[in-house]
Amino acid sequence: MDQATPPANTGSTIRVSVWRSSGAGGVASGEGRFEVFEVPRQPSQTVLDVVTHIQRHLDPTLTYRFACRVGVCGSCAMVVNGEARWTCRTHVDKVSADGTLEIAPLRNLPVIRDLATDMSVFFDKWARAKGQFSGSRSRTDDFAVVSPQSEERQQVDLGIECIGCGVCYSSCDVVEWKPDYLGPAAMNRAWTLINDTRDEARRERLAAVAGDAGCHACHTHMTCTERCPKHLPLTAAIAGLKRMTTRALLKGEL
Amino acid sequence: MNARTQAWLWFLQRASAAMLGFFVLVHLATMIYAVRSGLSAGEILARTRGNIPWMLFYAVFVASVAVHVPIGLRNILAETFAWRGRSLEVAMLGVGVFFLLFGLRAVWAVYAPGAGLP
Ligand code: SF4
Ligand code: SF4
Ligand code: FES
Repeated sequence: MDQATPPANTGSTIRVSVWRSSGAGGVASGEGRFEVFEVPRQPSQTVLDVVTHIQRHLDPTLTYRFACRVGVCGSCAMVVNGEARWTCRTHVDKVSADGTLEIAPLRNLPVIRDLATDMSVFFDKWARAKGQFSGSRSRTDDFAVVSPQSEERQQVDLGIECIGCGVCYSSCDVVEWKPDYLGPAAMNRAWTLINDTRDEARRERLAAVAGDAGCHACHTHMTCTERCPKHLPLTAAIAGLKRMTTRALLKGEL
Repeated sequence: MNARTQAWLWFLQRASAAMLGFFVLVHLATMIYAVRSGLSAGEILARTRGNIPWMLFYAVFVASVAVHVPIGLRNILAETFAWRGRSLEVAMLGVGVFFLLFGLRAVWAVYAPGAGLP
């Protein structure tokens, strides 16, 4: 197929513009260009199926990442027609009314190549937000009892299903404006741990998420909440951190 | 500036916003009343001169502005123009002092007994 002048769209194919990188900067930097492919339309086709078709049949050099294909691993997120999405669970029908797709790497992360981003900054920020559980019991102690009905545990339940896909991080303007901003996923993780009654590092964690790089920089845009494929209440979690850090601040505990 | 100070700034900005909401409403209501009842400048000054509650109200109003504006401006400048660090903090302190001094000067001009028309 002549890639430079693809044939007119007949309805049985999708016209797909795919980002081909020439540097780490992503679409906003212009370090690369969109390349157009025609991909056969299939029933129940996902955006990941489309990308896989291109790599298997049209251009084996196309670089992207996936693992589970069922919305569990969080490795397949890309920007599809302008919005970050988990591509393995995004049906083409839902996002492409006119038979075209534009697929780009996640924003706010360095591009390794084409559609694959380097997510280390994203996960380093989880560590910076003290995203590790810090308990005090040993294997000889009895089980901690946490009532599923307790308010804390219910807060944890709301936020615990994160798959680490980076969709929220890619969608947050504050991450773009302030490169050291922790971002919604890392703070949601901190929020679930702060509500874990077994955890001992609450004070350090509140200090880690306070200030201009943390919860106080959130503009409550709610883009993260809107786009999170797991529908986690991220903005509410950050608002919870604001309330808790402020309480600690006024008590002199921050 | 450490995260604790940044958290204080956030808190002060929210607290001053709440106060400003109240001040602005009272201010607007009073302005509308004064204009509607056709008070002249002289008549207004006759009411404000030496009026301590009036002076205190506007002095605190000005102080809230002087707290609120530089904190918000600091965020806007950092996010939009990537201006950060010491120079930004010094500049914003300057903005706060500017609002405080000129605001209080205006309050004084309308309050001070015996001063001429401002
Ligand atoms: S609500 Fe906060 S974290 Fe979420 S997208 Fe908006 S600024 Fe970012
Ligand atoms: S919070 Fe949602 S969007 Fe963000 S990484 Fe987790 S699952 Fe993905
Ligand atoms: S491939 Fe695992 S979530 Fe999409």
